[in-house]
Amino acid sequence: MIKVEGLTKRYARTLAVDNISFEVEKGQIVGFLGPNGAGKTTTMRVLTCFLPPTTGKANVAGFDVLENPLEVKKRIGYLPETPPLYPEMEVVEYLTFVGKLKGISSGDIARRIDEVVGRCAIGDVRDKLIGKLSKGYRQRVGLAQAIIHNPDVLILDEPTSGLDPKQIIEIRELLRSLAGDHTIILSTHILSEVEHSCERVIIISEGRLVAIDSVANLTNRLRGSEAVALEVEAASGRPNPTEVQQRLEQVSGVSRVVMKDSKNGRLAFEVESLQGRHIRAELARSVVNAGWSLNELRAIGLSLEDIFLQLTSSEKQVGSEQEKDKAQAKEPGKEGDQK
Amino acid sequence: MNNVLLICRKELKSYFASPIAYLLMAFFGLIFGFGFYTAARDFVRFSFQASMMGQSQPMSVNEQIIRPLVGFASTIALFLVPMITMRLFAEEKRTGTIELLLTSPIKDLEIILGKWLGAMLLYLCILGMSALNFAMLFLWGKPDLKPVLVAYLGLILQGGVLLAVGAFISTTTKNQIIAGGVTFFVCLLLWLLSWFTAFDSGATASVVSYLSIVTHFENFGKGVLDSKDIVFYVSMIFFALFITARSMESLRWRA
Repeated sequence: MIKVEGLTKRYARTLAVDNISFEVEKGQIVGFLGPNGAGKTTTMRVLTCFLPPTTGKANVAGFDVLENPLEVKKRIGYLPETPPLYPEMEVVEYLTFVGKLKGISSGDIARRIDEVVGRCAIGDVRDKLIGKLSKGYRQRVGLAQAIIHNPDVLILDEPTSGLDPKQIIEIRELLRSLAGDHTIILSTHILSEVEHSCERVIIISEGRLVAIDSVANLTNRLRGSEAVALEVEAASGRPNPTEVQQRLEQVSGVSRVVMKDSKNGRLAFEVESLQGRHIRAELARSVVNAGWSLNELRAIGLSLEDIFLQLTSSEKQVGSEQEKDKAQAKEPGKEGDQK
Repeated sequence: MNNVLLICRKELKSYFASPIAYLLMAFFGLIFGFGFYTAARDFVRFSFQASMMGQSQPMSVNEQIIRPLVGFASTIALFLVPMITMRLFAEEKRTGTIELLLTSPIKDLEIILGKWLGAMLLYLCILGMSALNFAMLFLWGKPDLKPVLVAYLGLILQGGVLLAVGAFISTTTKNQIIAGGVTFFVCLLLWLLSWFTAFDSGATASVVSYLSIVTHFENFGKGVLDSKDIVFYVSMIFFALFITARSMESLRWRA
């Protein structure tokens, strides 16, 4: 349905997208993942014919974005990062305008509006001015705008930003109900989003394609390594955090050590192993030998967030805030974006 | 064509949903009404004096009232146009709605024509306020209708040029204030060009004078319909809309 070959987009001074190629099958939901400024929005803008590519080809629903932009645009629904709304219009008036803009005949338009109003749950604001709506409602009106002409391909740039957790779940369900008939690309920097609603993930960083795979495969890819949470307490007095950290890093097979917490002389760490190494026994021995007491030692699974950080940061980096709180959507640590 | 009308209706809706349309109409009505009142009062006074002194010099409503007022209206238009056009594209660029238009199955040219047409219709509504004043002359007098119609054609054509230039300037920025300011400056410059040549008749002077928007309006104001002036205005409209289209295209490449 979507085929991108060697896509490069260069702005005056910066290279926004660097030679990206991927394909998306009909009916799939694909998550487009990357840190801020990775080139997600640029790639989507090329697919929607908003920007022409510098080099490379993009083909949507069988039409080239450069040669047949009108045909591509007919088959695409697009929700940009900020929903493109006219504050002086009422919701139904706006949807009528967009519907006609997308080429829906005036006989069908009322029926289509009723359908998308129901699907996006904006029935209670039908006759309100868009300028008076809350952010969550605006986002949903934006989504209604994108699906009003029942497009083959749906391109959503951060569709859940600004929504509360309940609304996020509703949007996810909506997206899942749309998949099958529609091919959906959604960009996000929220990882739990992808884990919940996408079948495949495309990870890009600094304009380059880092990984493209199913969610399950990506998790498997890094299953060989192991992550361990451990808590150390000194038998006599406070242990020095840096001393403990250094000691842990010296254990063979350890790839990185992250300090999580320090309270009343208890230090919590998260340790990751290199590929295919088991480090728990070694860690325990090392801690005990140093004369500290080991309060806790347990294996934790690598989440998509860890994979993401590993893939998007080229050197061994020390992330400091990596809560495993999946219910709470969050951005990847800023350290992950920098080299 | 449907798309052009769709965009045009949307523009009109935006104008009339905000105070801007009503403000412009009210201000123009007020200023023009004041000018009309003064001109009509003086006309009555002079014609009264003339008949008292036994002079039988004929006085013409067309020459004494309508012609100067039409010239006055064309000058006020210079101030109105920037306020009409400044938001056309600048606002859509700022709020991001331009992304909706440019990713919809509609041609750039249809967007531009629709927006220009919307601005034209608002401009016509504003001009309509002046027609109310002239209507009174026709109610209680018998002025010649044809020169008035020609003058209005001139006002519409001149407005069309300035609105197209304003539309172009609005595509170049996200900031409405800048769009409005630059448009005002350009309108003023096109107007001032005629001063340059007031007492000069060299080759440069005739070129500069030809480019001035005012020199072409003078004939219309007199009630003279000259194809040369119509060609000038129409080709200027085409040219301005053409560079607007180029500018829209470059938006995509620069973005």
